[in-house]
Amino acid sequence: MSQKTWLGYLFILPAVVLIVFFLIYPTIRTIQLSFDTGMGFTTTEFVGLQHYVNLFTRDRLFFDISSWPPSGAVFNTILWLILFTFGTVGVGLFVAVLANSVRYEVLIKTIIFVPMAISFTAAGIIWRFVYSPDPNSGILNALLVGLIPSATPIPWLGRVDIVNYALIIAGIWLWTGFCMVIISAALKGLPTEVLEAAKVDGANPWQSFWRVTFPMLWPTILVITTTMIINVLKAFDLVYIMTQGGPRGASRVIGFSMYWETFQNGKPGYGAAIAVIMLILVTPFVIINIRRYRREERER
Amino acid sequence: MTAVSSTAVSTTTTKRRGLRFSNKWFVHIILFCLAVVWLVPSVGLLITSFRPREAIATSGWWTAFSPAQFTTENYMEVLNAQGMGDSFINSFKITIPGTLLPIIIAAVAAYALAWMPIKGKDWILVILLALLVIPIQTTLVPVLRLFNQFGLTGTYMGIWIAHTAYGLPFCIYLLRNFFISLPKELMESAKIDGASEITIFWRIVIPLSVPALASLAIFQFMWVWNDLLVALVFMSDPINQPMTVRIQAMLGTYATEWHIMSAASFISMAVPLVVFFALQRYFVTGLTAGAVKQ
Repeated sequence: MSQKTWLGYLFILPAVVLIVFFLIYPTIRTIQLSFDTGMGFTTTEFVGLQHYVNLFTRDRLFFDISSWPPSGAVFNTILWLILFTFGTVGVGLFVAVLANSVRYEVLIKTIIFVPMAISFTAAGIIWRFVYSPDPNSGILNALLVGLIPSATPIPWLGRVDIVNYALIIAGIWLWTGFCMVIISAALKGLPTEVLEAAKVDGANPWQSFWRVTFPMLWPTILVITTTMIINVLKAFDLVYIMTQGGPRGASRVIGFSMYWETFQNGKPGYGAAIAVIMLILVTPFVIINIRRYRREERER
Repeated sequence: MTAVSSTAVSTTTTKRRGLRFSNKWFVHIILFCLAVVWLVPSVGLLITSFRPREAIATSGWWTAFSPAQFTTENYMEVLNAQGMGDSFINSFKITIPGTLLPIIIAAVAAYALAWMPIKGKDWILVILLALLVIPIQTTLVPVLRLFNQFGLTGTYMGIWIAHTAYGLPFCIYLLRNFFISLPKELMESAKIDGASEITIFWRIVIPLSVPALASLAIFQFMWVWNDLLVALVFMSDPINQPMTVRIQAMLGTYATEWHIMSAASFISMAVPLVVFFALQRYFVTGLTAGAVKQ
């Protein structure tokens, strides 16, 4: 082996060691733990598929189809996937396009983007305050009571039927800026000739947006949509800070359930099974990423 | 649309102009409303953090200016009595090595993956791509077990290692893509001149990559500073807790004591906000680099 060859391996060695010990090995180990009680965070007693069966048949806080609408962390995650993804990408697109036509573009984009800079923990506190049941602190209830004097304050985060929507709105507030910035960058990169041509041909702003701009933005929209979906599948912080999964487990999402079952309920094997389900759910996106990478490498 | 054409302009032009005029107002109004919706939550908590406790309990923050009563007492209380001062320092102790270590290790590895002969390079990159997507939750328990065995749980060393490992896939991937976009001729001519790989890396690649490294550093800094989950699991020792963990612990006792919670939140936001406004361009580049196609 020449000097040059082994040097390359030496360069990647620290990274490879860390990745193998702290990412690859633990992932494999978690799969193993999901078939075990996992007591003491290690394999103690093999239980086969028991955790998986229990998750989908006995755990009402995880998967409950006995009533309509179905409930539990899985269905909350699906609700997040639909509303949060549409909300962030939709509002992000909307703001990017509108801001593009005004002189205070930078200002409005900064305002929408700032939440990305703060922690989900701080954002969680900000929104707990907005949703406070006390009309002397929570602005939403103050507005409600102010506009409809007969109304009673609503505990937004304490109601099983509202809590998920309340959390999703906070999530949209946080992530819209991210979508907006990326769409806005793509928008600036579009060839102006095409839009000019549409205008010359007599297309109104509405038509030129849907027929010209939107199709050209589509690849970017797909990329951020997958990013948002992955975010939901991993989500933990906001739910943990704002509701601890409550009331009565009604706002759990799978990323939260994994943490809760493992560290609060002391069932690491059960938590590991949820982690494996998360792993399975993100797998399609792993494949999408790899395909995209292969295509880019060919173009390089 | 009230524009009545008395001039010699054709009807279609007038129509289009009128439409634009009203659209423009519509756009301003919508953007204004969005700005208000986006600002009100944070501004409300910010104003609250400067109000005296009794005032918060009896009236909303929107009445804070009549009469204006403000105090910095909440911040003093939170920093001293509630231990946020210590946690503030802890956040730095965690974040600075948690930013530098992954970037240094990643830069070296990314250089090798971009410009040095390594067998199975393509596979390494595919594995990195997979790891980019995999949730941290899948690794927590086995890593905790590992840390327990080596006495690293609750220590700074432990959390530095965790953040380094979790940050590596993204850092390597981003830097490798950046390094490989540098002109090939540069490396080749340096090699012909007898420069070693270490010289090329240190004298050519690193200086050329300062903007990319800066973006990545800011991104990683914000990520680690704002992290809750990793610290919650690996920093069980209250003495070493960063601010995010401290705040969630305070929620247990002071959930509705808004004078405390608001001040604590804004102390934790101070550094990211300063970084954001001072280095916005780099931060945005770093944050979006992962999602945007090369």
